[in-house]
Amino acid sequence: MKSINNTILLEDERVDGAEKVNGKAKYTAEHKLPNMAYAVFVTSTIAKGSIKNLDITKAIAMPGILDIIYYANCPAVPGYNPIAAERPKNVSEWRGFKVLYDNKVRFFGQPIALIVADSFENANAAIRFVKAEYEVEKFETNFDKARLEPANLKAPINYKRGTEKKFKEQAFFVEGEYNIPIEVHNAMELFATIAYWEGEDKLTLYDKTQGPKSTQSTMARTFGLVDKNVRVIAENVGGGFGSGLRSWPHVPAACIAAKKINRPVKLVLTRPQMFSLVGYRPQSWQKLGIGADAAGNFIGISHEAISNTSRYEDFREGIVEASKFLYACENVDTKYSLLPLDLSTPIWMRGPGEATGCFALESAIDELSYKLKMDPIQLRIKNFTAVNPENKLPFSDINIKDCYAYGMEKIGWKNRPTIPGSLKENGMLIGYGMSVGVFGAGKGTASVRIVLSNDGKLLLECAVSDMGPGTMTSMSIIAADAMQMPIQKIKFKLGDSDLPPGPSQGGSGTTSTVGSAVDLACRTLQQKLKEMAIQLAPAFAGITADAMEVKNEMVISKTDANTKIDISALLKLANQEKIDLTIASNGKTAAQLKFTSNSFSSHYVKLAVNPKDGSIKILEVVTTGDAGKIISPKTARSQMIGGVVGGIGMALTEKLEFDHASGQITNASFGAYHVPLHSQTPKTDVWFVNKPDVNMNEIGAKGIGEIALIGFAAAVTNAVYNATGKRVRDLPITPEKLGYKTVKA
Amino acid sequence: MKPCTSHDGRRGFLKKTASIAALYFTPTSLVKAFAVDRVIPLPIAKAKLAITINGKLMNLEIDARTTILNLLREDLTYTGTKKGCEMGQCGACMIHVNGKRVKSCIQLALNNQNNKITTIEGLSEGEKLHPMQAAFLKNDAFQCGYCTSGQIMSAVACVREGNAKTRKSIQTYMDTNICRCGAYQNIVDAIEEVAKSGVKI
Repeated sequence: MKSINNTILLEDERVDGAEKVNGKAKYTAEHKLPNMAYAVFVTSTIAKGSIKNLDITKAIAMPGILDIIYYANCPAVPGYNPIAAERPKNVSEWRGFKVLYDNKVRFFGQPIALIVADSFENANAAIRFVKAEYEVEKFETNFDKARLEPANLKAPINYKRGTEKKFKEQAFFVEGEYNIPIEVHNAMELFATIAYWEGEDKLTLYDKTQGPKSTQSTMARTFGLVDKNVRVIAENVGGGFGSGLRSWPHVPAACIAAKKINRPVKLVLTRPQMFSLVGYRPQSWQKLGIGADAAGNFIGISHEAISNTSRYEDFREGIVEASKFLYACENVDTKYSLLPLDLSTPIWMRGPGEATGCFALESAIDELSYKLKMDPIQLRIKNFTAVNPENKLPFSDINIKDCYAYGMEKIGWKNRPTIPGSLKENGMLIGYGMSVGVFGAGKGTASVRIVLSNDGKLLLECAVSDMGPGTMTSMSIIAADAMQMPIQKIKFKLGDSDLPPGPSQGGSGTTSTVGSAVDLACRTLQQKLKEMAIQLAPAFAGITADAMEVKNEMVISKTDANTKIDISALLKLANQEKIDLTIASNGKTAAQLKFTSNSFSSHYVKLAVNPKDGSIKILEVVTTGDAGKIISPKTARSQMIGGVVGGIGMALTEKLEFDHASGQITNASFGAYHVPLHSQTPKTDVWFVNKPDVNMNEIGAKGIGEIALIGFAAAVTNAVYNATGKRVRDLPITPEKLGYKTVKA
Repeated sequence: MKPCTSHDGRRGFLKKTASIAALYFTPTSLVKAFAVDRVIPLPIAKAKLAITINGKLMNLEIDARTTILNLLREDLTYTGTKKGCEMGQCGACMIHVNGKRVKSCIQLALNNQNNKITTIEGLSEGEKLHPMQAAFLKNDAFQCGYCTSGQIMSAVACVREGNAKTRKSIQTYMDTNICRCGAYQNIVDAIEEVAKSGVKI
């Protein structure tokens, strides 16, 4: 392994990789419980209204049907009660849409009934025999239309420093409107829950979630149980990209059904349901203006945004944040409003609001560079700041200029035409574009159990999940590095709420938060071993703990390498089978809070536009990350490549489509909602600064999951402009937006 | 219609549901005694299926509506084969039927009378990984691992059928298989490596 601190690691493969390539890794829906029943949702075909009558008589009589649960026969769920005074103390109101609760329809595809049967086939067969009679109400699903009416918008959140709209007074300025449609996470694993009431007040869930602890507490609050009586297991999570950061309505639905029929119930969503029931990146409109003096210094940035939410919940994200602090600029104003529509509630999708905002910001800077006749990278360097202009704190570390240097060289920036549309290769219009991404780097609280056995094996446990980045691997590497022992002897257990509390996997915080806890647990264990050696091993008499180290599974004197004892021998001496500690790691220290911490990225794209039909082929990508020390180089590289692929989807193919006359989603399948495929993904080169951010946390590592995607779409639109002279501000870029009439399928 | 509300809290929920649950312990004939317009004349045919899965001949009686995917995952516990869309659009369910790759989610199990099925579990020999599985592991050709079984089954077919000559031909062949984590580049690296090694797969 490309090791850190000469750790003795022999392999660099994922520690849980073998069982993912041989099919043995079990995902949520693959667990089988005795007497398990199968549940499927019946969903609404209207966007808004109420159900006048739901006829289940035919369906319930079908073979194998155990129950059909809907508003008229659904047991009262404690957390569904909207009246706080009537709820037991440990119960909180369920956040969002209460499934199977009332006869209201709030969005197209909303579950209106749950069919429970003895087999999947029997449950499925009954769906079309449940007949709903609706009273349709007036609805609005059309963002573009609804946002134009100010009365439809919720009160904005405003920010201002310096003078408002200062950019317009500058010699050089640009202003543009940017549109991003709804994009849907669509992780490959379908959301699924298996609910099993082991006792009257004891609930076990196999659930696809990014946060076993968060699901545990949500379900405990909903059903009025104590946390410890709810166990949530999510050992393997088949992708999430943010959609698993909350419990969606199918989770309580499975619990209700399991309780009602007194059997374990498995509820797996269908792919079309993945488009309407588990969140999405909200549609957004942005208006961004940026003005500079003749030398290219940014004087003013003005950033307005509207994004959609549902009628029943507010979902807000960091769309305008990067504009406030990524570049030096004295005059910045932002305004962000929500537009409620008759849709389900959105949620963070990889890169979340920052990906939306950086698309506008990084496009505008590119546009400004042409006005200034300045290289866009030089323009960014000109406006570099090492101090966050919003909170005035220094960045704990920022090496974005190193990223620029690498990216320019690697993509061949010198070949970029300064006049758009002037470079052709093999009859294709060639363009180069770049962009920057930024995301906050946090460190939260987490607990880790560390168990060292006298056979030399080290077990670490935390209730975090691993949806794909390789958390189990990177945590094992951190432990191997701290303990200076072979990774093969280390096992990191996760994905179970019974383990010591850890964060939800999201917001690029897992490595920093759980990694710091793992590091602290290892250091605590080492201290314990040193103390034991001093106490029990005569050779260490008179040596202080500071003069000792733990490595190669031994406690050794730093000054005399012959003064040493095997860890297993030490445990035998102490007559202990194992050392078993649980360590809590806190958030940032006072010293760390004197800085502001972010991960940064820059992306470089070379692409070809076919002048005959406007089709775009991305030829080459270079992506760079400035995220402190890279713990697991192999999986980190994969994560960056994955961000690029996600960014290609955002830039070129992904858009949820509606028929606004009926409020129905019209492309809820992989056949109609286009995610990037093998042949659409170019050769991608990944580079990291890979320098520990010592001001951020003890391990010097920051997250990369978000920055891998943030900004990428702008690198593509900037390259398209460079190739064609056409500035596309509405995603995804299709040939029509480049002025071509025929659309290539 | 009024929402179904009972404001008697958790205990009420538990008590009420326990009594309803009791009903479902009763024989199905009683459950069927619900008032209905008419019983849906939907025959649930059971059918006999002889099928060889990973070298093991099985004589089964199955629900005629079962897809080969659901047979593998729900009835036989070959959960290595994944369900991603049930529309033949994502490739997560790819298996080999008589040596050819097939999307198992859009195939009725009954269409596989006397067929020889290979799933991801059938590629490795015990703990020893198949060369394609080993190449996926080495090249980090996955992240979450959910599409991986399907990618590997397609990848093996890609090499066997002679479609692994160039990166472009691999990509075109593999377009049947979606990876939302975006591991495509590493997947193609893995396939190229196996193809170039000349090892018989």
